Amino acid sequence: MSPSLTSKDEIERVVREEWGRNLASLVKTLGDFQLAEDCLQDALISAFEHWERSGLPRSPAAWLLKVARRKAIDRIRRDRGFAAKLPELTYLYELENSVDDVEEGGVISDERLQMIFICCHPALAEKSRVALTLRSLGGLSTDQIAAAFLDTGEAMQRRITRAKIKIKGAGIAYKVPEVEDLPERLASVLRTLYLIFNEGYSASSGEALTRVDLSNEAIRLARITAHLMPDECEVQGLLALMLLHDSRRSTRVGGNGEVVTLKHQNRARWNRAKIEEGTAILQACLPLGRTGPYQIQAAISGVHAHSVDWKSTDWAQIVELYAALLCFENTPVVQLNQAVAMSMAGTPERALEVLSALEGMESYVPYHLARAEVLGKLGRTLDAKDALCLALEHTQNSVEAEFIRTKLGYLH
Amino acid sequence: MQFMCLIYSDPVNEPAHGTPEFGEMMQGYGAFTKHVQDTGKFVSGDALQGTETATTVSVRSEKTETMDGPFMETKEVLGGYYLLECADLDDAIKTAAMIPTAKFGRIEVRPVVVWDN
Repeated sequence: MSPSLTSKDEIERVVREEWGRNLASLVKTLGDFQLAEDCLQDALISAFEHWERSGLPRSPAAWLLKVARRKAIDRIRRDRGFAAKLPELTYLYELENSVDDVEEGGVISDERLQMIFICCHPALAEKSRVALTLRSLGGLSTDQIAAAFLDTGEAMQRRITRAKIKIKGAGIAYKVPEVEDLPERLASVLRTLYLIFNEGYSASSGEALTRVDLSNEAIRLARITAHLMPDECEVQGLLALMLLHDSRRSTRVGGNGEVVTLKHQNRARWNRAKIEEGTAILQACLPLGRTGPYQIQAAISGVHAHSVDWKSTDWAQIVELYAALLCFENTPVVQLNQAVAMSMAGTPERALEVLSALEGMESYVPYHLARAEVLGKLGRTLDAKDALCLALEHTQNSVEAEFIRTKLGYLH
Repeated sequence: MQFMCLIYSDPVNEPAHGTPEFGEMMQGYGAFTKHVQDTGKFVSGDALQGTETATTVSVRSEKTETMDGPFMETKEVLGGYYLLECADLDDAIKTAAMIPTAKFGRIEVRPVVVWDN
Protein backbone atom coordinates (compact mmCIF):
# COMPACT_ATOMS: atom_id res chain seq x y z
CA MET A 1 0.00 0.00 0.00
CA SER A 2 1.42 3.36 -0.97
CA PRO A 3 1.88 5.68 1.97
CA SER A 4 1.70 8.79 -0.21
CA LEU A 5 -1.53 10.60 -0.89
CA THR A 6 -3.36 9.40 -3.96
CA SER A 7 -4.54 12.11 -6.29
CA LYS A 8 -8.16 12.49 -7.21
CA ASP A 9 -7.32 11.92 -10.88
CA GLU A 10 -5.59 8.65 -10.08
CA ILE A 11 -8.57 7.46 -8.05
CA GLU A 12 -10.95 8.44 -10.84
CA ARG A 13 -8.87 6.54 -13.36
CA VAL A 14 -8.80 3.39 -11.22
CA VAL A 15 -12.48 3.62 -10.43
CA ARG A 16 -13.45 3.95 -14.10
CA GLU A 17 -11.13 1.11 -15.05
CA GLU A 18 -12.81 -1.19 -12.53
CA TRP A 19 -16.36 0.09 -12.94
CA GLY A 20 -17.61 -2.31 -15.62
CA ARG A 21 -16.25 -5.45 -14.01
CA ASN A 22 -17.54 -4.56 -10.56
CA LEU A 23 -20.95 -3.48 -11.78
CA ALA A 24 -21.32 -6.66 -13.81
CA SER A 25 -20.46 -8.77 -10.80
CA LEU A 26 -22.92 -6.86 -8.59
CA VAL A 27 -25.74 -7.10 -11.12
CA LYS A 28 -25.25 -10.85 -11.17
CA THR A 29 -25.31 -11.10 -7.36
CA LEU A 30 -28.21 -8.70 -6.84
CA GLY A 31 -30.26 -9.37 -9.96
CA ASP A 32 -31.06 -5.69 -10.10
CA PHE A 33 -29.32 -3.15 -12.28
CA GLN A 34 -30.34 -0.04 -10.38
CA LEU A 35 -29.57 -1.45 -6.95
CA ALA A 36 -26.18 -2.62 -8.18
CA GLU A 37 -25.34 0.80 -9.55
CA ASP A 38 -26.48 2.60 -6.40
CA CYS A 39 -24.35 0.34 -4.22
CA LEU A 40 -21.29 0.76 -6.40
CA GLN A 41 -21.82 4.52 -6.30
CA ASP A 42 -21.94 4.33 -2.48
CA ALA A 43 -18.70 2.36 -2.52
CA LEU A 44 -17.04 5.01 -4.71
CA ILE A 45 -17.86 7.77 -2.26
CA SER A 46 -16.34 5.66 0.44
CA ALA A 47 -13.29 4.94 -1.76
CA PHE A 48 -12.60 8.62 -2.32
CA GLU A 49 -12.64 9.21 1.44
CA HIS A 50 -10.32 6.32 2.27
CA TRP A 51 -7.96 6.29 -0.67
CA GLU A 52 -7.20 9.99 -0.65
CA ARG A 53 -6.15 9.56 2.97
CA SER A 54 -4.30 6.28 2.93
CA GLY A 55 -3.49 5.52 -0.70
CA LEU A 56 -4.77 2.84 -3.06
CA PRO A 57 -5.43 -0.62 -1.62
CA ARG A 58 -3.56 -3.54 -3.14
CA SER A 59 -6.58 -4.51 -5.23
CA PRO A 60 -8.84 -1.51 -5.70
CA ALA A 61 -11.37 -3.65 -7.59
CA ALA A 62 -11.70 -6.15 -4.77
CA TRP A 63 -11.94 -3.34 -2.23
CA LEU A 64 -14.75 -1.66 -4.17
CA LEU A 65 -16.67 -4.87 -4.65
CA LYS A 66 -16.47 -5.79 -0.99
CA VAL A 67 -17.66 -2.37 0.16
CA ALA A 68 -20.40 -2.32 -2.49
CA ARG A 69 -21.71 -5.67 -1.25
CA ARG A 70 -21.88 -4.34 2.33
CA LYS A 71 -23.72 -1.30 1.05
CA ALA A 72 -26.11 -3.68 -0.69
CA ILE A 73 -26.80 -5.48 2.57
CA ASP A 74 -27.58 -2.11 4.19
CA ARG A 75 -29.81 -1.00 1.37
CA ILE A 76 -31.77 -4.25 1.20
CA ARG A 77 -32.33 -4.26 4.97
CA ARG A 78 -33.64 -0.70 4.87
CA ASP A 79 -35.95 -1.42 1.94
CA ARG A 80 -39.69 -2.00 2.38
CA GLY A 81 -39.67 -4.85 -0.09
CA PHE A 82 -37.14 -6.62 2.13
CA ALA A 83 -38.80 -10.01 1.93
CA ALA A 84 -38.62 -10.21 -1.85
CA LYS A 85 -34.85 -9.75 -1.72
CA LEU A 86 -34.27 -12.39 0.97
CA PRO A 87 -32.50 -14.85 -1.34
CA GLU A 88 -30.06 -12.17 -2.48
CA LEU A 89 -29.50 -11.07 1.11
CA THR A 90 -28.70 -14.61 2.20
CA TYR A 91 -26.30 -14.91 -0.72
CA LEU A 92 -24.61 -11.63 0.22
CA TYR A 93 -24.09 -12.87 3.79
CA GLU A 94 -22.55 -16.05 2.42
CA LEU A 95 -20.20 -14.04 0.22
CA GLU A 96 -19.33 -11.82 3.15
CA ASN A 97 -18.32 -14.84 5.19
CA SER A 98 -16.45 -16.69 2.49
CA VAL A 99 -12.70 -16.26 2.54
CA ASP A 100 -11.70 -17.16 -0.94
CA ASP A 101 -14.07 -14.99 -2.94
CA VAL A 102 -12.67 -11.50 -3.13
CA GLU A 103 -9.66 -11.40 -0.92
CA GLU A 104 -7.30 -8.61 -1.79
CA GLY A 105 -5.52 -9.46 -4.97
CA GLY A 106 -7.98 -12.27 -5.67
CA VAL A 107 -9.50 -12.65 -9.07
CA ILE A 108 -13.01 -11.34 -9.55
CA SER A 109 -14.97 -13.52 -11.93
CA ASP A 110 -15.61 -11.58 -15.07
CA GLU A 111 -19.31 -11.05 -15.79
CA ARG A 112 -18.81 -8.26 -18.28
CA LEU A 113 -19.80 -10.35 -21.25
CA GLN A 114 -23.25 -11.03 -19.80
CA MET A 115 -23.46 -7.33 -19.07
CA ILE A 116 -22.65 -6.20 -22.58
CA PHE A 117 -25.22 -8.59 -24.05
CA ILE A 118 -27.86 -7.12 -21.76
CA CYS A 119 -26.90 -3.53 -22.52
CA CYS A 120 -27.05 -4.24 -26.26
CA HIS A 121 -30.20 -6.36 -26.22
CA PRO A 122 -32.21 -5.83 -29.42
CA ALA A 123 -35.35 -5.30 -27.31
CA LEU A 124 -33.88 -1.95 -26.21
CA ALA A 125 -33.96 1.13 -28.44
CA GLU A 126 -30.68 1.71 -30.25
CA LYS A 127 -29.92 4.99 -28.47
CA SER A 128 -30.61 3.32 -25.13
CA ARG A 129 -28.18 0.52 -25.97
CA VAL A 130 -25.47 3.08 -26.69
CA ALA A 131 -26.14 5.08 -23.52
CA LEU A 132 -26.43 2.04 -21.27
CA THR A 133 -23.25 0.47 -22.63
CA LEU A 134 -21.29 3.67 -22.02
CA ARG A 135 -22.75 4.01 -18.54
CA SER A 136 -22.54 0.41 -17.37
CA LEU A 137 -19.49 -0.93 -19.11
CA GLY A 138 -17.57 2.24 -19.83
CA GLY A 139 -18.28 3.84 -16.47
CA LEU A 140 -19.01 7.23 -18.02
CA SER A 141 -21.29 9.49 -16.01
CA THR A 142 -24.75 10.32 -17.30
CA ASP A 143 -23.67 13.94 -17.81
CA GLN A 144 -20.64 12.89 -19.83
CA ILE A 145 -22.80 10.70 -22.05
CA ALA A 146 -25.36 13.47 -22.45
CA ALA A 147 -22.65 15.92 -23.47
CA ALA A 148 -21.22 13.44 -25.94
CA PHE A 149 -24.59 13.18 -27.68
CA LEU A 150 -25.43 16.88 -27.25
CA ASP A 151 -28.38 15.89 -25.12
CA THR A 152 -29.46 17.28 -21.75
CA GLY A 153 -28.41 15.39 -18.64
CA GLU A 154 -32.02 14.99 -17.59
CA ALA A 155 -33.10 13.49 -20.89
CA MET A 156 -30.19 11.07 -20.81
CA GLN A 157 -30.97 10.14 -17.21
CA ARG A 158 -34.57 9.38 -18.20
CA ARG A 159 -33.43 7.28 -21.13
CA ILE A 160 -31.05 5.23 -18.99
CA THR A 161 -33.60 4.81 -16.21
CA ARG A 162 -36.24 3.64 -18.70
CA ALA A 163 -33.81 1.12 -20.12
CA LYS A 164 -33.01 -0.26 -16.67
CA ILE A 165 -36.69 -0.57 -15.85
CA LYS A 166 -37.23 -2.46 -19.08
CA ILE A 167 -34.34 -4.82 -18.32
CA LYS A 168 -35.66 -5.48 -14.84
CA GLY A 169 -39.24 -6.08 -15.94
CA ALA A 170 -39.05 -7.49 -19.44
CA GLY A 171 -37.43 -10.81 -18.59
CA ILE A 172 -34.08 -10.15 -20.26
CA ALA A 173 -31.88 -12.96 -18.98
CA TYR A 174 -28.52 -12.25 -17.38
CA LYS A 175 -26.54 -14.63 -19.54
CA VAL A 176 -24.51 -14.96 -22.67
CA PRO A 177 -27.02 -15.88 -25.40
CA GLU A 178 -27.51 -19.48 -26.53
CA VAL A 179 -25.40 -20.53 -29.49
CA GLU A 180 -28.37 -20.39 -31.87
CA ASP A 181 -29.15 -16.78 -30.84
CA LEU A 182 -25.54 -15.65 -30.74
CA PRO A 183 -25.08 -14.34 -34.30
CA GLU A 184 -28.03 -11.96 -34.05
CA ARG A 185 -27.27 -10.84 -30.51
CA LEU A 186 -23.59 -10.37 -31.24
CA ALA A 187 -24.46 -8.31 -34.32
CA SER A 188 -26.38 -5.97 -32.03
CA VAL A 189 -23.38 -5.67 -29.67
CA LEU A 190 -20.97 -4.93 -32.52
CA ARG A 191 -23.34 -2.46 -34.10
CA THR A 192 -23.68 -0.60 -30.80
CA LEU A 193 -19.92 -0.37 -30.32
CA TYR A 194 -19.46 0.79 -33.91
CA LEU A 195 -22.15 3.45 -33.42
CA ILE A 196 -20.23 4.76 -30.42
CA PHE A 197 -17.03 4.81 -32.45
CA ASN A 198 -18.59 6.62 -35.40
CA GLU A 199 -20.24 9.17 -33.16
CA GLY A 200 -16.79 10.06 -31.86
CA TYR A 201 -15.23 9.85 -35.30
CA SER A 202 -17.66 12.23 -36.94
CA ALA A 203 -17.60 14.83 -34.17
CA SER A 204 -16.02 17.99 -35.53
CA SER A 205 -12.73 19.05 -33.98
CA GLY A 206 -14.13 22.04 -32.09
CA GLU A 207 -16.71 19.95 -30.33
CA ALA A 208 -14.30 17.09 -29.81
CA LEU A 209 -12.29 19.20 -27.40
CA THR A 210 -15.16 19.37 -24.95
CA ARG A 211 -16.76 16.01 -25.66
CA VAL A 212 -15.68 12.75 -24.15
CA ASP A 213 -13.56 10.92 -26.62
CA LEU A 214 -16.11 8.38 -27.81
CA SER A 215 -13.78 6.80 -30.36
CA ASN A 216 -11.25 5.94 -27.68
CA GLU A 217 -14.04 4.71 -25.47
CA ALA A 218 -15.39 2.51 -28.28
CA ILE A 219 -11.93 1.08 -28.88
CA ARG A 220 -11.58 0.35 -25.15
CA LEU A 221 -14.97 -1.41 -25.12
CA ALA A 222 -14.13 -3.34 -28.29
CA ARG A 223 -10.85 -4.42 -26.68
CA ILE A 224 -12.72 -5.72 -23.64
CA THR A 225 -15.21 -7.57 -25.83
CA ALA A 226 -12.46 -8.97 -28.06
CA HIS A 227 -10.61 -10.13 -24.95
CA LEU A 228 -13.75 -11.82 -23.61
CA MET A 229 -14.61 -13.48 -26.95
CA PRO A 230 -11.24 -14.35 -28.46
CA ASP A 231 -12.77 -16.85 -30.89
CA GLU A 232 -15.30 -14.51 -32.46
CA CYS A 233 -13.59 -13.24 -35.60
CA GLU A 234 -16.05 -10.43 -36.19
CA VAL A 235 -15.30 -8.94 -32.76
CA GLN A 236 -11.60 -8.97 -33.65
CA GLY A 237 -12.51 -7.54 -37.05
CA LEU A 238 -14.41 -4.66 -35.49
CA LEU A 239 -11.47 -3.83 -33.20
CA ALA A 240 -9.11 -3.90 -36.20
CA LEU A 241 -11.49 -1.70 -38.20
CA MET A 242 -11.67 0.87 -35.42
CA LEU A 243 -7.89 0.97 -34.99
CA LEU A 244 -7.26 1.32 -38.72
CA HIS A 245 -9.85 4.10 -39.10
CA ASP A 246 -8.59 5.81 -35.99
CA SER A 247 -5.01 5.83 -37.29
CA ARG A 248 -6.07 8.58 -39.72
CA ARG A 249 -7.87 10.68 -37.19
CA SER A 250 -5.46 13.62 -36.99
CA THR A 251 -5.41 13.98 -40.79
CA ARG A 252 -9.16 13.94 -41.34
CA VAL A 253 -9.77 17.59 -40.52
CA GLY A 254 -7.93 20.48 -42.13
CA GLY A 255 -6.81 23.77 -40.63
CA ASN A 256 -10.19 25.41 -41.28
CA GLY A 257 -12.20 22.55 -39.82
CA GLU A 258 -12.95 21.14 -43.27
CA VAL A 259 -13.12 17.39 -43.84
CA VAL A 260 -10.07 16.08 -45.68
CA THR A 261 -10.93 13.02 -47.77
CA LEU A 262 -8.76 9.91 -47.82
CA LYS A 263 -7.35 10.95 -51.19
CA HIS A 264 -5.89 14.18 -49.83
CA GLN A 265 -4.83 13.13 -46.33
CA ASN A 266 -1.19 13.47 -45.30
CA ARG A 267 -0.32 9.80 -45.00
CA ALA A 268 2.97 10.53 -43.26
CA ARG A 269 0.93 11.62 -40.26
CA TRP A 270 -1.12 8.46 -39.98
CA ASN A 271 -0.58 6.66 -36.69
CA ARG A 272 1.69 3.72 -37.53
CA ALA A 273 1.27 2.00 -34.16
CA LYS A 274 -2.52 1.78 -34.65
CA ILE A 275 -2.09 0.60 -38.24
CA GLU A 276 0.27 -2.13 -37.14
CA GLU A 277 -1.93 -3.26 -34.29
CA GLY A 278 -5.06 -3.31 -36.48
CA THR A 279 -3.22 -5.16 -39.24
CA ALA A 280 -1.86 -7.78 -36.83
CA ILE A 281 -5.32 -8.45 -35.39
CA LEU A 282 -6.74 -8.81 -38.88
CA GLN A 283 -3.98 -11.11 -40.04
CA ALA A 284 -4.66 -13.36 -37.08
CA CYS A 285 -8.39 -13.74 -37.73
CA LEU A 286 -8.75 -13.60 -41.54
CA PRO A 287 -7.09 -16.99 -42.19
CA LEU A 288 -9.65 -18.67 -39.91
CA GLY A 289 -12.13 -18.25 -42.75
CA ARG A 290 -15.01 -16.95 -40.68
CA THR A 291 -15.24 -13.64 -42.48
CA GLY A 292 -17.94 -11.09 -41.94
CA PRO A 293 -18.65 -7.46 -42.76
CA TYR A 294 -16.38 -5.99 -40.08
CA GLN A 295 -13.33 -8.02 -41.08
CA ILE A 296 -13.89 -7.11 -44.73
CA GLN A 297 -14.25 -3.42 -43.96
CA ALA A 298 -11.09 -3.63 -41.86
CA ALA A 299 -9.32 -5.31 -44.77
CA ILE A 300 -10.38 -2.46 -47.08
CA SER A 301 -9.16 0.06 -44.53
CA GLY A 302 -5.94 -1.96 -44.26
CA VAL A 303 -5.26 -1.78 -48.00
CA HIS A 304 -5.49 2.02 -47.78
CA ALA A 305 -3.36 2.09 -44.64
CA HIS A 306 -0.52 0.33 -46.43
CA SER A 307 -0.68 2.33 -49.67
CA VAL A 308 1.77 5.14 -50.30
CA ASP A 309 -0.85 7.32 -51.96
CA TRP A 310 -4.36 7.29 -53.43
CA LYS A 311 -3.25 6.53 -56.96
CA SER A 312 -0.95 3.59 -56.30
CA THR A 313 -3.51 1.88 -54.04
CA ASP A 314 -4.33 -1.72 -55.00
CA TRP A 315 -7.77 -0.79 -56.32
CA ALA A 316 -8.40 -4.16 -57.95
CA GLN A 317 -8.14 -5.76 -54.51
CA ILE A 318 -10.47 -3.16 -53.06
CA VAL A 319 -13.04 -3.91 -55.79
CA GLU A 320 -12.87 -7.59 -54.81
CA LEU A 321 -13.23 -6.78 -51.11
CA TYR A 322 -16.32 -4.67 -51.81
CA ALA A 323 -17.75 -7.57 -53.79
CA ALA A 324 -17.28 -9.72 -50.69
CA LEU A 325 -18.84 -7.03 -48.50
CA LEU A 326 -21.86 -6.90 -50.80
CA CYS A 327 -22.61 -10.52 -49.91
CA PHE A 328 -23.24 -9.34 -46.34
CA GLU A 329 -24.42 -5.80 -46.85
CA ASN A 330 -26.01 -5.22 -50.21
CA THR A 331 -26.67 -1.51 -49.77
CA PRO A 332 -26.49 1.34 -52.30
CA VAL A 333 -23.68 3.00 -50.32
CA VAL A 334 -21.48 -0.11 -50.52
CA GLN A 335 -22.24 -0.37 -54.26
CA LEU A 336 -21.32 3.28 -54.67
CA ASN A 337 -18.00 2.72 -52.92
CA GLN A 338 -17.32 -0.28 -55.09
CA ALA A 339 -18.01 1.82 -58.20
CA VAL A 340 -15.47 4.43 -57.06
CA ALA A 341 -12.91 1.64 -56.63
CA MET A 342 -13.76 0.23 -60.09
CA SER A 343 -13.18 3.63 -61.62
CA MET A 344 -9.80 3.87 -59.89
CA ALA A 345 -8.94 0.30 -60.92
CA GLY A 346 -9.10 1.33 -64.55
CA THR A 347 -12.62 0.18 -65.35
CA PRO A 348 -14.72 3.37 -65.36
CA GLU A 349 -17.21 1.76 -67.79
CA ARG A 350 -18.07 -0.87 -65.19
CA ALA A 351 -18.25 1.86 -62.55
CA LEU A 352 -20.74 3.87 -64.61
CA GLU A 353 -22.88 0.77 -65.13
CA VAL A 354 -23.07 0.21 -61.36
CA LEU A 355 -23.80 3.87 -60.66
CA SER A 356 -26.51 4.06 -63.32
CA ALA A 357 -28.29 1.09 -61.79
CA LEU A 358 -28.44 2.67 -58.32
CA GLU A 359 -31.77 4.06 -57.22
CA GLY A 360 -32.84 6.57 -54.61
CA MET A 361 -29.53 8.44 -54.62
CA GLU A 362 -30.83 11.68 -56.18
CA SER A 363 -30.11 13.81 -53.13
CA TYR A 364 -26.95 12.00 -52.01
CA VAL A 365 -23.98 14.28 -52.71
CA PRO A 366 -21.27 11.54 -52.79
CA TYR A 367 -23.27 9.80 -55.53
CA HIS A 368 -23.12 12.83 -57.83
CA LEU A 369 -19.45 13.40 -57.00
CA ALA A 370 -18.65 9.79 -57.89
CA ARG A 371 -20.58 10.09 -61.16
CA ALA A 372 -18.72 13.28 -62.03
CA GLU A 373 -15.40 11.53 -61.37
CA VAL A 374 -16.30 8.53 -63.52
CA LEU A 375 -17.76 10.61 -66.37
CA GLY A 376 -14.65 12.79 -66.31
CA LYS A 377 -12.49 9.67 -66.69
CA LEU A 378 -14.60 8.61 -69.67
CA GLY A 379 -14.01 12.01 -71.27
CA ARG A 380 -17.67 13.04 -70.97
CA THR A 381 -16.88 16.49 -69.60
CA LEU A 382 -20.33 18.01 -70.13
CA ASP A 383 -22.06 15.13 -68.31
CA ALA A 384 -19.48 15.40 -65.55
CA LYS A 385 -20.31 19.08 -65.17
CA ASP A 386 -24.02 18.27 -64.94
CA ALA A 387 -23.27 15.76 -62.18
CA LEU A 388 -21.26 18.34 -60.25
CA CYS A 389 -24.11 20.87 -60.59
CA LEU A 390 -26.46 18.27 -59.10
CA ALA A 391 -24.01 17.74 -56.24
CA LEU A 392 -23.88 21.47 -55.65
CA GLU A 393 -27.66 21.64 -55.63
CA HIS A 394 -27.90 19.08 -52.82
CA THR A 395 -25.02 19.98 -50.56
CA GLN A 396 -25.89 21.66 -47.27
CA ASN A 397 -22.35 22.31 -46.23
CA SER A 398 -20.54 25.49 -47.27
CA VAL A 399 -17.10 23.88 -47.21
CA GLU A 400 -18.31 21.07 -49.44
CA ALA A 401 -19.96 23.58 -51.81
CA GLU A 402 -16.65 25.40 -52.14
CA PHE A 403 -14.93 22.09 -52.89
CA ILE A 404 -17.48 21.30 -55.64
CA ARG A 405 -17.16 24.79 -57.18
CA THR A 406 -13.39 24.35 -57.38
CA LYS A 407 -13.91 21.05 -59.21
CA LEU A 408 -16.36 22.72 -61.58
CA GLY A 409 -13.71 25.36 -62.28
CA TYR A 410 -11.28 22.67 -63.43
CA LEU A 411 -13.76 21.39 -65.99
CA HIS A 412 -14.26 24.74 -67.73
CA MET B 1 -41.92 -16.62 -16.32
CA GLN B 2 -45.17 -15.87 -18.09
CA PHE B 3 -45.39 -13.68 -21.14
CA MET B 4 -48.54 -12.29 -22.67
CA CYS B 5 -48.35 -12.20 -26.46
CA LEU B 6 -50.93 -9.76 -27.79
CA ILE B 7 -51.68 -10.30 -31.46
CA TYR B 8 -52.34 -7.11 -33.43
CA SER B 9 -53.06 -6.71 -37.11
CA ASP B 10 -54.82 -4.52 -39.61
CA PRO B 11 -57.90 -6.50 -40.75
CA VAL B 12 -57.33 -5.45 -44.38
CA ASN B 13 -54.02 -7.34 -44.33
CA GLU B 14 -55.59 -10.52 -43.03
CA PRO B 15 -56.38 -13.31 -45.48
CA ALA B 16 -60.12 -13.32 -46.27
CA HIS B 17 -62.29 -16.08 -44.85
CA GLY B 18 -62.65 -18.98 -47.24
CA THR B 19 -59.52 -18.29 -49.30
CA PRO B 20 -56.65 -20.81 -49.46
CA GLU B 21 -54.49 -18.23 -47.62
CA PHE B 22 -56.98 -18.19 -44.77
CA GLY B 23 -56.84 -21.96 -44.55
CA GLU B 24 -53.06 -21.83 -44.49
CA MET B 25 -53.08 -19.29 -41.67
CA MET B 26 -55.50 -21.37 -39.59
CA GLN B 27 -53.33 -24.44 -40.14
CA GLY B 28 -50.38 -22.35 -38.99
CA TYR B 29 -52.24 -21.45 -35.81
CA GLY B 30 -53.09 -25.09 -35.23
CA ALA B 31 -49.44 -26.07 -35.61
CA PHE B 32 -48.27 -23.22 -33.39
CA THR B 33 -50.72 -24.07 -30.62
CA LYS B 34 -49.66 -27.71 -30.77
CA HIS B 35 -46.01 -26.67 -30.65
CA VAL B 36 -46.39 -24.54 -27.53
CA GLN B 37 -48.50 -27.24 -25.90
CA ASP B 38 -45.92 -29.93 -26.67
CA THR B 39 -43.05 -27.80 -25.34
CA GLY B 40 -44.92 -26.95 -22.13
CA LYS B 41 -45.18 -23.27 -22.94
CA PHE B 42 -48.92 -23.00 -23.45
CA VAL B 43 -50.85 -21.44 -20.56
CA SER B 44 -53.84 -20.12 -22.51
CA GLY B 45 -54.73 -18.51 -25.78
CA ASP B 46 -57.81 -17.35 -27.66
CA ALA B 47 -58.96 -15.44 -30.69
CA LEU B 48 -61.31 -12.51 -30.17
CA GLN B 49 -64.38 -11.48 -32.15
CA GLY B 50 -63.83 -8.39 -34.28
CA THR B 51 -63.79 -4.85 -32.89
CA GLU B 52 -67.29 -4.30 -34.33
CA THR B 53 -68.48 -6.48 -31.43
CA ALA B 54 -66.55 -4.48 -28.81
CA THR B 55 -68.19 -2.55 -26.00
CA THR B 56 -66.12 -0.22 -23.85
CA VAL B 57 -67.17 0.01 -20.21
CA SER B 58 -66.31 2.67 -17.64
CA VAL B 59 -67.69 3.68 -14.25
CA ARG B 60 -68.01 7.41 -13.56
CA SER B 61 -69.74 8.81 -10.48
CA GLU B 62 -70.74 5.26 -9.65
CA LYS B 63 -72.59 4.99 -12.93
CA THR B 64 -71.67 2.39 -15.48
CA GLU B 65 -71.29 3.94 -18.88
CA THR B 66 -70.97 1.92 -22.04
CA MET B 67 -69.69 2.92 -25.43
CA ASP B 68 -70.12 1.13 -28.70
CA GLY B 69 -66.72 0.24 -30.12
CA PRO B 70 -63.18 -0.46 -28.96
CA PHE B 71 -61.26 1.61 -26.40
CA MET B 72 -59.06 2.99 -29.15
CA GLU B 73 -59.89 3.35 -32.82
CA THR B 74 -56.71 2.18 -34.50
CA LYS B 75 -55.91 0.48 -37.76
CA GLU B 76 -54.23 -2.42 -36.05
CA VAL B 77 -56.57 -4.15 -33.66
CA LEU B 78 -56.13 -6.75 -30.96
CA GLY B 79 -57.26 -10.00 -32.52
CA GLY B 80 -56.22 -12.55 -29.92
CA TYR B 81 -53.58 -13.57 -27.45
CA TYR B 82 -51.39 -16.35 -26.15
CA LEU B 83 -50.26 -16.54 -22.55
CA LEU B 84 -46.97 -18.45 -22.62
CA GLU B 85 -44.54 -19.81 -20.09
CA CYS B 86 -41.05 -18.96 -21.38
CA ALA B 87 -37.54 -19.09 -19.93
CA ASP B 88 -36.75 -15.45 -20.66
CA LEU B 89 -37.36 -12.64 -23.12
CA ASP B 90 -35.18 -14.23 -25.82
CA ASP B 91 -37.26 -17.39 -25.61
CA ALA B 92 -40.49 -15.35 -25.67
CA ILE B 93 -39.37 -13.34 -28.71
CA LYS B 94 -38.42 -16.48 -30.60
CA THR B 95 -41.73 -18.12 -29.79
CA ALA B 96 -43.81 -15.03 -30.58
CA ALA B 97 -42.09 -14.80 -33.96
CA MET B 98 -43.68 -18.17 -34.81
CA ILE B 99 -47.24 -16.85 -34.41
CA PRO B 100 -48.64 -16.74 -37.99
CA THR B 101 -49.93 -13.15 -37.66
CA ALA B 102 -46.36 -11.93 -36.96
CA LYS B 103 -45.80 -12.15 -40.74
CA PHE B 104 -48.29 -9.38 -41.55
CA GLY B 105 -49.22 -7.91 -38.17
CA ARG B 106 -47.37 -7.42 -34.89
CA ILE B 107 -47.07 -9.27 -31.61
CA GLU B 108 -46.65 -7.24 -28.44
CA VAL B 109 -44.78 -9.28 -25.82
CA ARG B 110 -45.28 -8.29 -22.18
CA PRO B 111 -44.19 -10.18 -19.07
CA VAL B 112 -46.87 -10.88 -16.48
CA VAL B 113 -46.35 -9.15 -13.12
CA VAL B 114 -45.49 -11.46 -10.25
CA TRP B 115 -46.75 -9.90 -7.02
CA ASP B 116 -44.55 -10.19 -3.97
CA ASN B 117 -46.33 -12.51 -1.47
